[in-house]
Amino acid sequence: MHAPVTPPAAPPKGRLARFLDSDLWHSFKSSPVAMVAATVGLVITLAAVFANVLAPQNAFNPAALNLMDGYTKPGETGLGSGNWFVFGADAQGRDILSAILFGSRLSLIVGIASVAFSLVLGVGLGLVAGYVGGKIEALIMRIADIQLSFPAILIALLVFGVARGLIPPHRHEEMAVVVLIIAIGLSNWAQYARTVRASTLVEKNKDYVQAARLLGISPLPVMLKHLLPNVAGPVLVIATINLALAIIEEATLSYLGVGVPATQPSLGTLIRFGQQYLFSGEWWILFFPALALVLLALSINLLGDWLRDALNPKLR
Amino acid sequence: MIAYLLRSFVQATLVMLAVAFIAFSMFRFVGDPIASIVGQDATMKDRQELAEALGLNDPMPLQFARFMGNALQGDLGLSYRQGRPVAALLAERLPATIELALLSALLALVVGLALGVYTAIRRNGLLANIIMSASLVGVSLPTFLIGIGLIYVFSVELRWLPSFGRGDVVRVGWWTTGLLTESGRKSLVMPVITLAFFQLTLIMRLVRSEMLEVMRTEYVRFARARGIPDRVIHFRHALRNTMVPVVTITGLQLGSVIAFAIVTETVFNWPGLGALFVQSVQVVDVPVMAAYLMFVGFVFVVVNLVTDLVYLALDPRLRTGSMAPAR
Repeated sequence: MHAPVTPPAAPPKGRLARFLDSDLWHSFKSSPVAMVAATVGLVITLAAVFANVLAPQNAFNPAALNLMDGYTKPGETGLGSGNWFVFGADAQGRDILSAILFGSRLSLIVGIASVAFSLVLGVGLGLVAGYVGGKIEALIMRIADIQLSFPAILIALLVFGVARGLIPPHRHEEMAVVVLIIAIGLSNWAQYARTVRASTLVEKNKDYVQAARLLGISPLPVMLKHLLPNVAGPVLVIATINLALAIIEEATLSYLGVGVPATQPSLGTLIRFGQQYLFSGEWWILFFPALALVLLALSINLLGDWLRDALNPKLR
Repeated sequence: MIAYLLRSFVQATLVMLAVAFIAFSMFRFVGDPIASIVGQDATMKDRQELAEALGLNDPMPLQFARFMGNALQGDLGLSYRQGRPVAALLAERLPATIELALLSALLALVVGLALGVYTAIRRNGLLANIIMSASLVGVSLPTFLIGIGLIYVFSVELRWLPSFGRGDVVRVGWWTTGLLTESGRKSLVMPVITLAFFQLTLIMRLVRSEMLEVMRTEYVRFARARGIPDRVIHFRHALRNTMVPVVTITGLQLGSVIAFAIVTETVFNWPGLGALFVQSVQVVDVPVMAAYLMFVGFVFVVVNLVTDLVYLALDPRLRTGSMAPAR
């Protein structure tokens, strides 16, 4: 699907060369919005990935904090450690920049993992529904309808609550991230299932699928090897836009205090803590994590929009 | 038409039964109903007796029927955490949420319609373009950040509006309202705007695109050729034909209003159902969670039914033929 179309007469080139000659790359180069969004997204992602190396402080190790640094303003040096705090420090002398780096790492991990989870679930169910048909199809699509009519945040909260009830209390902390990923994933799969089912219904009557069936290939390999590559295009676009939604959903859950444990804060948790200082004038404890969240979500959103238009010009 | 109504009702009942079944399963299988009553140290014999007394050994269909019967009579069990009847907890917090949700939906509908029509008519105007770009940014902002932003501007900096709670409420029968006191009205402003924001941008964009679509049609051009004033064309001829999708989306969005109320209520410490639900999830208070689920399911079903009925009023074709509504 994304393999660039090269004229048959052209001499064979490397993958990179082919990519640089593709429509996708040309469209990217001519869209300033996409380039800015990609840069911002990439910078935040890289900073989050290398948080261990980049962060000035090991923000969630109590031993690394100096109480005398508490409430250091952005751009000033702390009274205790003498370190420089670009984005300021919170009540315990925690460097806000380091907290953001570690926080966005967790936000990205939860976002990507939950999108991957809903992707596998939704694409799988969509393929089965479209290919097998009959009662199974009706059942799957009915459940998808119900899921789509309830807001994602509500489903995620319910799944989270139920999971908490089923898991013994002493394991809540270690399981929290996994539960969160599953809860967000379960609240977002239906869109993939619908899209994949629709394209499967079209593809399964084409000759190559019929030929594969005539050869006696069993349903599972037909679905995975033949159908999947041909229905994957639109799914990629949905996944990009959903990544932004999943990150916001995670932030919202953590903001509500039902997400990641407090010992391992994500951007949403940082915003929740920061809100307490809104009235006493320490605006930076809230502002910078919120800014990081908005930049991250907005850049992924804009990239998703661009990708949708670039892959399917007819949609414009 | 009767068949259409009947189908709507049957569907509504089925959905409600399914939701009730999920709530029942949560109630029955999540956590340990016995341990939550007698504690972990009860003897095996005590537990057996209690299980028998509560009917936990009965066949599942019978237990489900009993659960439904109790729920229909307003008995939703006891809150694990607060030890009070769940139904009373819900009833006490219901007015706060309904008041917030309805006012938000109203605001979103009125302002969304007005802005949508405006941006469609003045498609290339400067102000219309500014409104459209602002709505894009608004969609990407998480609800809770909008709420926090409002608190910062209007409570911290300007000190005009209270940042939490409902203010003074007046009791009217079992209902409580904040609309009759000044502090109540002031407390409503920011939560209502926060909750309305997302719906507003959605309705606005929908109205705009529908209006642009309709303005291109033959009958609008014909009306204009006849010399009918623009105002009449815009509001009587064009807007009316954009209403079916707008009503659908607004109706379906009412469900999201309830869901986003969870977030808004937490931001503003609003004593409503959403905040209660978040607290119950935090402490795994299963009866409250199950009851909230049933409440939301009920709201969805009622909203869908009403939406179906509004179609009948808006689209005369439905009243005669057996045509299904365009969803």
